[in-house]
Amino acid sequence: MADAVQIPDEAEVRARWGNFAFTAETMEKAQAIIARYPAGRQASAVMGLLDLAQRQVGAETNTQGWLPVPVIEYVAALLDMPYMRAYEVATFYTMYNMGPVGKFHVQVCGTTPCMLRGSDDVLAACKFKGLVKGGTTPDGLFTLNEVECLGACANAPMVQINDDNFEDLTFDSTIALLDALAAGKPVKVGPQIDRQTSCPEGGPSSLKDMALENHDYRGEWK
Amino acid sequence: MEVSLQDKDRIFTNLYGFQPWTLDAAKKRGCWDNTKKLLQIGADEIIETVKASGLRGRGGAGFPTGMKWSFMPKTPTPERPNFLVINADESEPGSCKDREIIRHDPHRLLEGALIAGFAMRARAAYIYIRGEFIYEAKVLQAAVDEAYAAGLLGKNAAKSGYDFDVFVHRGAGAYICGEETAMIESLEGKKGQPRLKPPFPAGAGLYGCPTTVNNVESIAVTPTILRRGADWFKGFGRENNAGTKLFQISGHVNKPCTVEEAMSIPFRELIEKHAGGIRGGWDNLLAVIPGGSSVPLVPAKEIMDAPMDFDGLKALGSGLGTAAVIVMDKSTDIVRAISRLSYFYKHESCGQCTPCREGTGWMWRVMERLREGKADVSEIDTLFEVTKQVEGHTICALGDAAAWPIQGLIRHFRPEIERRIAERNGGEMLEAAE
Repeated sequence: MADAVQIPDEAEVRARWGNFAFTAETMEKAQAIIARYPAGRQASAVMGLLDLAQRQVGAETNTQGWLPVPVIEYVAALLDMPYMRAYEVATFYTMYNMGPVGKFHVQVCGTTPCMLRGSDDVLAACKFKGLVKGGTTPDGLFTLNEVECLGACANAPMVQINDDNFEDLTFDSTIALLDALAAGKPVKVGPQIDRQTSCPEGGPSSLKDMALENHDYRGEWK
Repeated sequence: MEVSLQDKDRIFTNLYGFQPWTLDAAKKRGCWDNTKKLLQIGADEIIETVKASGLRGRGGAGFPTGMKWSFMPKTPTPERPNFLVINADESEPGSCKDREIIRHDPHRLLEGALIAGFAMRARAAYIYIRGEFIYEAKVLQAAVDEAYAAGLLGKNAAKSGYDFDVFVHRGAGAYICGEETAMIESLEGKKGQPRLKPPFPAGAGLYGCPTTVNNVESIAVTPTILRRGADWFKGFGRENNAGTKLFQISGHVNKPCTVEEAMSIPFRELIEKHAGGIRGGWDNLLAVIPGGSSVPLVPAKEIMDAPMDFDGLKALGSGLGTAAVIVMDKSTDIVRAISRLSYFYKHESCGQCTPCREGTGWMWRVMERLREGKADVSEIDTLFEVTKQVEGHTICALGDAAAWPIQGLIRHFRPEIERRIAERNGGEMLEAAE
């Protein structure tokens, strides 16, 4: 697999992450997730706990985190499930990073609806700023990946960076966005043009009252 | 045909999030208004009303929702409770409607969950939301917490005497988890690989218990259907295609958007009224994928005045799917557009069935060669034949979904593929002559 991540040396990883454990704060969140499932079905929580683990690894390394093998082992043990079952989950779902990523994980959607509206330009802007697909910039700031449809097609093209979506992008607005992130400046989440969410640009074609007030249409029902 | 949909008949009034999503604001829009009374008509009567409304599943397949609910056991036991699973995995390229419901009007979904759960005698609902919807999942969880705090969910939900829990389960990036049995596997903490059917989920689903999986939109419209009556809902759209529907318009239109319209609205009217027309005018329209990436494309001439509903698009050899309308104008590299979808299916194949695991990659590689004309004309037929070998030979429909866009391309744009091959060969022959 050409696009497989380079997993760091196992001995080094074990030395660094062998003693991984949830912080008290993470453990509280983990217990809340486990409580959502019936007794004895705690394996259902594995996806949520792997996410928490990746976030804690991210917090400890000032990146978006990844899942070293000892961390997966820890989660599996916590849920009393075989390590391999947790590893299967970690490798099956794309949001779990199997290798280190940067401070900003830039995920450009390249699927057809975004492609039609200019995801090539977004990727070109990333390339222009020195980002390389599948890799992290030497300063450890940006990891770039092309991902599959992120479900914001009416606001294409879009990119997800860490936990936020940036939509209705152009080459220029992508450059501006990456520059702002690199400089630690605040950025505007959502559409990068003057537009309310997935409403038509220039104002709604329906439900215009709602733009003005929290209108209750029930009075107009027959 | 009735006149176009009026705002008072739109269900998702806060679709664009101009107003807050919170319980207070949602109540003012009519959510959670005496839900107890809606439940008092009884579980069977709710199912009958939903059946009578003609609501067909909004997740793509269009299976009648009320009928689906009626398959659930009427007398579940505490050891083997019924479950409702709400599919918010929205990953079909082109689809972006459930996201709007969840982040701007989550209480419509939660009220629907209670009503649907009560009707199918479910103990609890799990809302499976795709992992990439991080903000949306936060809003949804906050809305669930609000509803619990207000006594609308949990023990004696909405003072109905019925105990009902709603839990949010976040995915982690896998298109296939939108398939109902893969979703159940994923909820159990496994890889999202579809199960063989039978047994169907209504017999043995989540944790081996009877389960119904419904799309977000199907669930979220039910409170309004009960309030306004089956006939109101049935009043929109053609026979057998009832109701209002969230259309998601992307691609080469002047103003891409998500909008609620009446079913069966003609394509031209939908685009003119809400999306500001086709980029470059109607003569510039090349083709449309009317229902998300899994349905075959329809050439401009055929779709322009077609009704946007299940039967109307089926008649064109395509489908309504999730009503994710992907518009392509004449600047589109149509072979590349479909090839990119082939890459998507290659990426998202779960790897369980050989025809899909091997076939999606093979089909994508051939599509990439066709894109550049680096192929023999006979390979178009070979590709078509292989899509027919993948289609229908896998556990779930992902194999079909990967095959159909390619079949649609070959059916409608074969001359374009042949032109590329000829152009490339012609070029090489000229070089040889020099």
